[in-house]
Amino acid sequence: MDFTVFLFLASGLFLGWSLGANDAANVFGTAVGTRMVRFTTAAVVCSIFVVLGAVISGAGAAGTLGKLGSINALPGAFTAALAAATTVYAMTRAGLPVSTTQAIVGAIIGWNLFSGAATDTATLTKIVGTWAVCPLVAGIIAVPLYQATAAVLRRARLHLLRQDALARAALIAAGAFGAYSLGANNIANVMGVFVPVSPFTTFSAGGIGMSSAQQLFLLGAVAISVGVFTYSKRVMMTVGRGLSEMSAVAAWVVVVAHSVVLFMFASRGLESLLAGAGLPTIPLVPVSSSQAVVGAVVGLGLLHNRRNIRWRTLAAIAAGWVTTPLISALLCFIALFFLQNVFNQRVFF
Amino acid sequence: MGDCNFAGRINGIGLLTGAGEFFILQDESKSRTLTLAMQLVQKPSSLFGRTRVLEGQIDEFLDKVVEAGLIFKSAVDTYLGHGACREFEDFLRDEEKVESRADNLRRAVETELYAQTLIPEARGDVLRLLEDMDNLINMYEGNLFRFSIQQPAIPRQFNDGFRQLTATVITCVESAVASARAFFRDTQAVRDHNSKVMFYETQADTLSTSLQRQIFGHDLELAHKRHLAYFVEKIDIIANTAEDVADGLAIYAIKRKI
Repeated sequence: MDFTVFLFLASGLFLGWSLGANDAANVFGTAVGTRMVRFTTAAVVCSIFVVLGAVISGAGAAGTLGKLGSINALPGAFTAALAAATTVYAMTRAGLPVSTTQAIVGAIIGWNLFSGAATDTATLTKIVGTWAVCPLVAGIIAVPLYQATAAVLRRARLHLLRQDALARAALIAAGAFGAYSLGANNIANVMGVFVPVSPFTTFSAGGIGMSSAQQLFLLGAVAISVGVFTYSKRVMMTVGRGLSEMSAVAAWVVVVAHSVVLFMFASRGLESLLAGAGLPTIPLVPVSSSQAVVGAVVGLGLLHNRRNIRWRTLAAIAAGWVTTPLISALLCFIALFFLQNVFNQRVFF
Repeated sequence: MGDCNFAGRINGIGLLTGAGEFFILQDESKSRTLTLAMQLVQKPSSLFGRTRVLEGQIDEFLDKVVEAGLIFKSAVDTYLGHGACREFEDFLRDEEKVESRADNLRRAVETELYAQTLIPEARGDVLRLLEDMDNLINMYEGNLFRFSIQQPAIPRQFNDGFRQLTATVITCVESAVASARAFFRDTQAVRDHNSKVMFYETQADTLSTSLQRQIFGHDLELAHKRHLAYFVEKIDIIANTAEDVADGLAIYAIKRKI
C-alpha cells in the first residue's frame, strides 16, 4: 500500500486523537477528576470499548454522513477531515463551544459545494434536527433516571463505604457503555469521510471477517485511544474540578444519559428492533458527546433549581450549531482550492 | 487505695452493634475475637470485601465510644459509693484499654481511607467525626484519671446529683453515637438522633447548674466547693462536646444528601 495513503489518513487520525483527548472526559471525567476511578483503569476501559463500539456498531452513523456527501477522492477526504480538525482546534482555543460532529458536517458540505455535488437536504435536515434533539433527549432521560436512582438508594440505606464501592463499579460500567457508544456514534466523524475511498480491502481470518470500513474504524478507534492515553487526563481533571458540586449519583446519571443518547443514534440493532415493532425509527446520526452531557446536566439543574442554569452558555451552544459548520465548510472549500490548484491533487472525481 | 467488694461491678458490657446484634463483651480479647468472627461469618464478596472489613472497624470504634461511657458510669458509681478503691482502679484500666483499642481502630480506618482513596467526597468529614468521637473517649478517660489522682471528697448528699448528671451525659453521647451510625447508613435519621442529643445536653446543663448551686449553697470550704464544681463542669462538658459532634453531623448529613 502506498505510503501517501497513510499521509492522507493522517488528518482523520488527528481528528480521532483530538476526539479521544477531549471526549473521553465526558465519559470518565467526573470519575477520574474526583479520584473515584484511577486514570489508568479509565483509559484502558475507555480504549477497549471505544474500539469495540467503533468496529461493531460504527457503520450506522457513518452511513448517514455518506448520504450527506460521498467524498470520492482520498485528498478530498483528507482536506475535509483537516478542515474539521482545524475548526475544532481554533474554536477550542478561542474558548467557544464546538462539536466534532458539526465541524465534519460543515466540511462535507464544503466539499459538496466545491465539487458541485448536491447536498441531500433531507439528510441535512435530519442531522441538524438531531443536534437540537440530542441534548433534549439526554435531559429527558437524566431526570427520571436520577429520581429513580436516588429513590432506590434512599430505600436501600447502604453504608457510606458500600455506596462508595458501588458508585465506583457503576461509574466504570457506565464509562464502558459510554465509551462503546462514543466509538459507535463518533467514529463516523473521524473516519466517515474516508469510507467511500477506503484503501483497505475486506479480509477474513479464522472465521472473523472485517470489511474495509471496519478496518478504517479500527484505525480511527486506535487514534482515539492514543488521544485518551496521551492527553485526556488533563481534561478529565478539569472536568472533575468543574463538576465537583455534583454528587456521585448525579455524575453517574449524566454519563448513562449521555451514553444512552449516543447509543440510540448509532445502533442499527435498535433501529431494526423499532422497525420490526412497527414503531418510528431513530435516525443514525453522529451527535455531539459534549452536548449530550450538557443536556443531561441541564436536565438535573432544572430538576433542582431553574436558577442554576446559565442560559447564555446554552445560547452559545445553539449558536455553535450554525457557526461551526459554516466555518468548517468555508475552511474546507478554501483548502480544497489550494490542494487542487497549488498541489495539483484531484480532490474529487 | 481502699479495697472494696462492689456488687455492682459488671463483668461484661452489653453492646448493640451496627448490625443489630447484642453482645456481652467481657474484655478486650473477646471484643477482638467477636469482630474477627463477624468478619468470617460475613464472607467478603469481591465488590464489598474491603469495605465490609472497614465497616466492621468503624462499627467497632463506635461500640468503643458506647463501652467507654458505660465503664465511666460504672466507675463514677463505684467512686461515689467506695471512693478510689481497687474496683474503681480496675474500671480505670478497662477505660485505658478501650481508649487504646479505639485509637488503633481510628488509625486503621484513617490509613485505609487514605491509602485506598475511599469516599473522596466525605473522607474529610468522616475523619473529623472519628477524631471528635475519639475525643469523647479521651474525656471519659481523663475524668477517671482526675478522680483517681485528685480523689475529690464528695459529700453523700451530692451523690444522686453526680449520678444523674453522669447518666444524662452518657445518654447524650449514646445519642451522638446513634447519630454517627445513621450518618453512615441512613442520613434521614441523623436529625432524629441529633434532636435527642440536644435534649440530653440541655438536661445535663440543667443538672450541672442545679448541682453547682447545691454545692455552693452548702457549708463547705470555698476550695472544696471549687474542687467539686470543677468535677461537675468536667463531666458536663462531655455532653457539650457530644452536641458539637451532633452539629457537625447535621452538616455532614446535608452534604451526603442524594
